[in-house]
Amino acid sequence: MYWRYLTRAARRCSVHTTSSRTVGWWDHVAPAAKDPINGVTEAFLADPSPYKINLGVGAYRDDKGRPVVLQCVREAEAKIAGSEFLESISASVSTKMVEESVKLVYGKDSDVVKEGRSAGVQALSGTGACRLFAEFQRRFHPESHIYFPDPTWSNHHNIWRDAQIPERTYHYYDPDSKSLDFAALMDDIKNAPDSSFFLLHPSAHNPTGVDPTEEQWREISYQFKVKGHFPFFDMAYQGFASGDLDKDAQAIRIFLEDEHLIGCAQSYAKSMGLYGHRVGCLSILCVDSKQAAAIRSQIQQIARAMYGSPPVHGILLVATILSDPNLKSLWIDEVKIMADRIQRKRTTLRQNLEKLGSSLNWEHITNQLGMFCFSGLTPYQVDRLAKEFHIYMTQDGRISMAGVTTGNVNYLANAIHEVTRSEQETAKILCSISV
Amino acid sequence: MHEKLKGKVKLGSTTNSTAGFIKTKSFGRVSMVAAVNVSRFEGVTMAPPDPILGVSEAFKADTDEKKLNLGVGAYEPKSYSLMCLMLLRRLAENLMLERGENKEYLPIEGLAAFNKVTAELLFGADNSVLKEQRVATVQGLSGTGSLRLAAALIERYFPGAKVLISSPTWEFPWSEYRYYDPKTVGLDFEGMIADIKAPGGSFILLHGCAHNPTGIDPTPEQWEKIADVIQEKNHIPFFDVAYQGFASGSLDNDASSVRLFATRGMELLVAQIGAMNVVCSSSDLAARCCEVAVIQVKSQLKRLARPMYSNPPVHGARIVANVVGNPALFDEWKAEMEMMAGRIKNVRQKLFDSLSAKDKSGKDWSFILRQIGMFSFTGLNKAQSDNMTNKWHVYMTKDGRISLAGLSLAKCEYLADAIIDSYHNVS
Repeated sequence: MYWRYLTRAARRCSVHTTSSRTVGWWDHVAPAAKDPINGVTEAFLADPSPYKINLGVGAYRDDKGRPVVLQCVREAEAKIAGSEFLESISASVSTKMVEESVKLVYGKDSDVVKEGRSAGVQALSGTGACRLFAEFQRRFHPESHIYFPDPTWSNHHNIWRDAQIPERTYHYYDPDSKSLDFAALMDDIKNAPDSSFFLLHPSAHNPTGVDPTEEQWREISYQFKVKGHFPFFDMAYQGFASGDLDKDAQAIRIFLEDEHLIGCAQSYAKSMGLYGHRVGCLSILCVDSKQAAAIRSQIQQIARAMYGSPPVHGILLVATILSDPNLKSLWIDEVKIMADRIQRKRTTLRQNLEKLGSSLNWEHITNQLGMFCFSGLTPYQVDRLAKEFHIYMTQDGRISMAGVTTGNVNYLANAIHEVTRSEQETAKILCSISV
Repeated sequence: MHEKLKGKVKLGSTTNSTAGFIKTKSFGRVSMVAAVNVSRFEGVTMAPPDPILGVSEAFKADTDEKKLNLGVGAYEPKSYSLMCLMLLRRLAENLMLERGENKEYLPIEGLAAFNKVTAELLFGADNSVLKEQRVATVQGLSGTGSLRLAAALIERYFPGAKVLISSPTWEFPWSEYRYYDPKTVGLDFEGMIADIKAPGGSFILLHGCAHNPTGIDPTPEQWEKIADVIQEKNHIPFFDVAYQGFASGSLDNDASSVRLFATRGMELLVAQIGAMNVVCSSSDLAARCCEVAVIQVKSQLKRLARPMYSNPPVHGARIVANVVGNPALFDEWKAEMEMMAGRIKNVRQKLFDSLSAKDKSGKDWSFILRQIGMFSFTGLNKAQSDNMTNKWHVYMTKDGRISLAGLSLAKCEYLADAIIDSYHNVS
């Protein structure tokens, strides 16, 4: 590889002695494919239509389609406005943020918290937490793979690939029933080699919105114990599935009851609306506090080589909110408000489609949880929605319900009804045949 | 055999392929299959303490009132300079609050206003590289993050290419070129030139100004010679610009090395605090070609950033954009930097004066005055640096580097005593 570049360099030297060179160092760099999620937002922004709707990226919107800064965040901003960001302060603030974060996900009364058995490190939101873990996994288990649910968030593939960990998938979503393919999922867990690394979405699965039941989680946890698998949870939507922070952490609490030593990525992007501040946490549970210190030191070293130290403003906001009982209580209420609004829009969208007389089954809109709905729309239908109706979503048919409002839900329902007409015709024909 | 039903499928214990699932709460405690609480990461040992951050931790633990932290490159708490910078930041933040800006994700490449001002600061707003749109700029996570993006870009598009860094430099273990001459406590220019002459087609990491850790910068004439060699060998220069404005007090002067290379039409990588810049070559063909190269390189930088952190943090970028974009705040910031650089020069002078007065051996301490920026390489070795800490409670890195930002004029005499003792009485 190196010699190819040397030869190319030599060629450049010999051709371009007197005139300015016409070939540059970067000519062999091809344009990267657009990110499937950000690409949707770019297309939306470029569209001049007044009816356009962005159902692409998972960022919460109010009922007028506006981005929201939570009241608890505004109050925290006011509270910290006078403080200084000295190195010494940023270290203690980080520690505070991590302490509160692990309480949030594992429960403040859990043994792991009381015994100091979590190696917790602040991270650059969920992406950063996942990437730190992937790099850590590579460092200490270089031969391992990662098992992703099929489908999963598109960036998971990029993260583990760039950390040079090959991926495998396990069955998750059943496109026919638009729900969990539990039997196939359990088979895959059993058939995977012992001690494999699995990525799990503890609630509000992205992109499908399909979550296992409590019962199913217990069976998964049991089977993980039998096989000695490592469970890594990506918790990006705590609070958005049910509106209740503890309920949304139930899967993790079940694994804790079964004494798994899990890893967990947390993000405050959605639940606190701190998208642009890049605040999150990576924690790994350990046998004792000594191991936790060792693991923490290794992860910090990985982080240092990537970005030095994390941006402090967001960390300060989270630490302030979670350690002030009034602000924390306000935050909990606001999370519920956001989750409830999404739930209501799910109901309205489904009702509208049914009122329009759609012959397709739209139950999954209200069965699925969290910010996203896996609509079942095909890429062709998604394209039609963009081109004819100026409605933007990812190619896999994932709708960010946060982008649905009272003002646009009728338009959306009509558009979906329109682009699914031929599918409805087919369904009607099949129905009439089977009768 | 899966049962597929329309509507919600409840595939619980009734259809599970493994017979006899018991519906009790904790299966784990029933099972005797796996050993309890065996961690997959059992063998993980403590990472060695970070040589720079570790110094601050040791300093914090020290209870002696004479202690001095000259480790990390950050300003002394409660210093006037730091307070002025805080005030500036608060003014910028107030602007942001007034505008009611939200906290949405930035695009992967960062805040456009920030990228614009940061490239202008570096190259100068009238520079042809900017006018001809030959620069791909992506917001990064401070200096480290920008360097990491560059390293990832080099690894992906130039696998096997060599990267040469100065010896010493800021912690990355790649191939080295000679730089610091311990005999003169200055630049080993001949050694540097000899080393960067081989092999061709490599990346040469250069510090734009205020070299870290030595504080020793090439002169303008020496920069010209370095540029000659790099062009001749068809290397690509890779600048790390962490201290623009802090070295001489002038943003433009401190960017002169980068601008020299850009003016020669050379392709560059430049990591700034907060941004990664790639300058593509000019072309005989239409300007379209380099626009395309810029777009392509930018898209690849984004592709590297997405699986690291998705998009960069918004707060700092807005502060910078607001400060630089507001003439009154920008002027204030420039005045502030001039004052900070001036203060460091005063500290250097005081330290030099103290050393010359107290040290009767006749040793020449004037290198302290010739060095530039936040750091000074004292010439102390590891044992001597340890003595500084153990006996005098002066915290510094083991390579003999001290950070002058953490030193007040009042402490210069104490520091001089410590240095003289360590240099002469410890080997």
